Amino acid sequence: MFIEALNAYIDPIKPVDKAIITHAHADHAKPNHNKVLATKDTINIMKIRYGENCAKKFQAIEYGEKININGLGITLYPAGHILGSAQVLLENKKNKVLITGDYKTKSDDTAQSFELVKTETLITEATFGLPIFKHPEPAEEIEKLLSSIKLFTNKCHIVGAYALGKAQRVISLLRKKGYDDIIYLHGAIEKITNYYLQRGIKLGKLKKVTKDDVHNLKGKIVIAPPSALKDKWVRKFPDVRYCLASGWMIIKQRVKQSKIELPLVISDHADWNELTNTILNSKAKKIWLTHGRTDALEYWCKKNNLNAMALYLKRDD
Amino acid sequence: MRKFSILLKQLIFCPSNIEKTKVIIDYLNDVDIEEAGYTVAALTNNLKFKHIKAYKVKQIIKSKVDSTLFDLSYDYVGDLADTISLIWNKKPKNSHKKYSFLEIITILNSNDLDLEKFVTDFLNNNNLDERWAFIKLLLGGFRIGASATFIKNTLAEYGRKNKDDIEKVWNGLSPPYLNLLKWLKDEGGYPKINLNETFHTMMLANSFDLNKDANKISPENHIAEYKWDGIRVQVLCENNTIKLYSRTGENISSSFPEITFNSRELVVLDGELLAGKNFIPQSFGELQKRINKKKPSKKLLDETSVFIRLYDILFFEGKDIRNENLIVRKQKLENFYSKYLLNNKFDISEIIPFSNFQQLEKIYKSLYKSKFKEGLMLKRKLSLYISGRKKNLWLKWKRAPKYIDAILMYAQRGHGKRSSFYSDFTFGVFDNNNIVPIAKAYSGYSDEELVKLDRFVRENTITSFGPVREVNKKLVVELAFDSMQKSNRHKSGIALRFPRFHRIRWDKPVNETLLLNEIKSEFIN
Ligand SMILES: [Zn+2]
Ligand SMILES: [Zn+2]
Repeated sequence: MFIEALNAYIDPIKPVDKAIITHAHADHAKPNHNKVLATKDTINIMKIRYGENCAKKFQAIEYGEKININGLGITLYPAGHILGSAQVLLENKKNKVLITGDYKTKSDDTAQSFELVKTETLITEATFGLPIFKHPEPAEEIEKLLSSIKLFTNKCHIVGAYALGKAQRVISLLRKKGYDDIIYLHGAIEKITNYYLQRGIKLGKLKKVTKDDVHNLKGKIVIAPPSALKDKWVRKFPDVRYCLASGWMIIKQRVKQSKIELPLVISDHADWNELTNTILNSKAKKIWLTHGRTDALEYWCKKNNLNAMALYLKRDD
Repeated sequence: MRKFSILLKQLIFCPSNIEKTKVIIDYLNDVDIEEAGYTVAALTNNLKFKHIKAYKVKQIIKSKVDSTLFDLSYDYVGDLADTISLIWNKKPKNSHKKYSFLEIITILNSNDLDLEKFVTDFLNNNNLDERWAFIKLLLGGFRIGASATFIKNTLAEYGRKNKDDIEKVWNGLSPPYLNLLKWLKDEGGYPKINLNETFHTMMLANSFDLNKDANKISPENHIAEYKWDGIRVQVLCENNTIKLYSRTGENISSSFPEITFNSRELVVLDGELLAGKNFIPQSFGELQKRINKKKPSKKLLDETSVFIRLYDILFFEGKDIRNENLIVRKQKLENFYSKYLLNNKFDISEIIPFSNFQQLEKIYKSLYKSKFKEGLMLKRKLSLYISGRKKNLWLKWKRAPKYIDAILMYAQRGHGKRSSFYSDFTFGVFDNNNIVPIAKAYSGYSDEELVKLDRFVRENTITSFGPVREVNKKLVVELAFDSMQKSNRHKSGIALRFPRFHRIRWDKPVNETLLLNEIKSEFIN
């Protein structure tokens, strides 16, 4: 997304001169920009992922700290999506535009809590923009994982969860429920989790899975990126129960297609109710929808007398 | 309803067949026999409620929730039970009386059912999984990864019985299958059925694989027949009353009133229904004029004649001869034919003589030009008539397909497994400067290709009408098809039989494809 007044892009997919990055997920944060403006956490995670020199210049700003460029005020607000994720508010005397980036309003001990921002124009994500998406309480979903471990004591429970954000949230939710056994990590999750630990987020006893472990993981929990559930890595384990933490898992046909035995409906994105409530509470007069299933939200906005249109960004949803 | 919904959920979330079998057997042991029977009926798609239609249920739901949001959700999810159970947003109160599974069945079958009230009350008072299972029960089409055949095999395992014995009586039984379940539990004898009113599930062939199967075929052990391009039918006759069934067991007697003969004792025949006079077949397109016409007019009967080319005989002189071998059955078929069927409605499928495989291959190759022969059937002489697709007994060697290059015009999201992908495609070819549609295809591509096609559609959409997207006409796909016929029902004037993807030609420019009239002159003579 290009902001003309700033000559800068938000979450550009190709290297650019000036980039504002909402959060460190790979589809939003790309390496090799010239200048990057983001939260401290986002910058740190980008450096872990892409190397210290993944951009020429970094500028970190605090949540709520306003900086001015070319007469335009830029402020980042917590988006509640993952650690360091931000909404971007752009304002001048006449106008206010808020770009939510990926967000959720539900509580999450591993991310800064979402902050509602009043605005005139709202550019919102729409990943779960259909009324069928109503995420249940994450605690209830974690309970399912815990009872499964008790029921299938012979099986190693491998939980697919995105390496950045979801994995740490699942671990934190397990700890909150009193699960104090070692939680095992796929190698791809280790580095980022270490960053979360370094930031003071309590995740209990963790261990990277090694070849020697695989036969001793009956009734244990391993967290791995979703893609690992489909590749050779998973074949090393003798008796696996496949679990996946994702908002899509609310659709049973989807679960069947992905060959998941234990779906955990835990999402880092706003569900239908969160999306519509945020639109209403932001008091925005104009709503632009991007990133996902925009048609239902657009219809809903119009039905509620809100001026809305879908914004097509060149990007896979 | 709770146990039933747990069963369905366990089945849909369980990728392993061994575990599925275990889950079903545990359920059958847990619930009472009537509940078990209705569940078996539901899972094999034999539980039909005559007052309930999918469109009515959809109407009811759409009157209770925002209908546009419902359509968008259903278009995205592709499964009605998932959509309805998720979009319904009342939280159930625990205080309400819950109906048992059997009570629900009784209510759904009753003549004074207030469908709207019952469905609404149920959805209001039950949780997500129960709502989901309820809609599945109501509308059938479970799609939980357990086919009817799988359920029957599981029943065989549950009762430690032979699954062919289950298949032989299955179509003669009806829900809740109490006699069958009693026999499986060793609490009763083998169920009796009315043989003369029962469709006997057909024996089907596996595909012939030139590399693996060629050296197994010999004139000592096999007979060869043509595979005709009509519809496979089963003819039952007893006390001079005829019943005609399609391959799926649908009674299609009324569509073909001219098929008659007299036999007092029960006889069951297996053959191919073809359009044509004097046993000269016409194209499948001709036959299509007669299919689904429940009461054909005299004019239609005169214009489009049909006949049956017989392959096999299952019952003869009142006796079940499915356990005799094919050669014996063919002999009996000849006997019966010469006594009862010497009219203009029946003939017998010819047996193709061959003395070695090379000869057979030559005949096979000559079929390329044939309009009515779909390929060859290779049948073991000693094969018994066994319902279903038993391995190594019958093989079908389908004629090699034909190919054309066509241009992608429209795409639509699939349902079920592919509901989130654009997977149903319409193709066209140039007719002067316009592109006219000639075929729809939704198979033949790999999962990876589907992902790429989906992306192509999303990035090249010009307009969309409802679920259909029109795309930029720039992608060429090589389609395979079995045959091409003239057709006035299509704007292009041609109809393809079984078009499917062969290769996606990402590289090929659209202006290098054949024009409609060139295609016609190549494939239609
Ligand atoms: Zn994200
Ligand atoms: Zn994202």
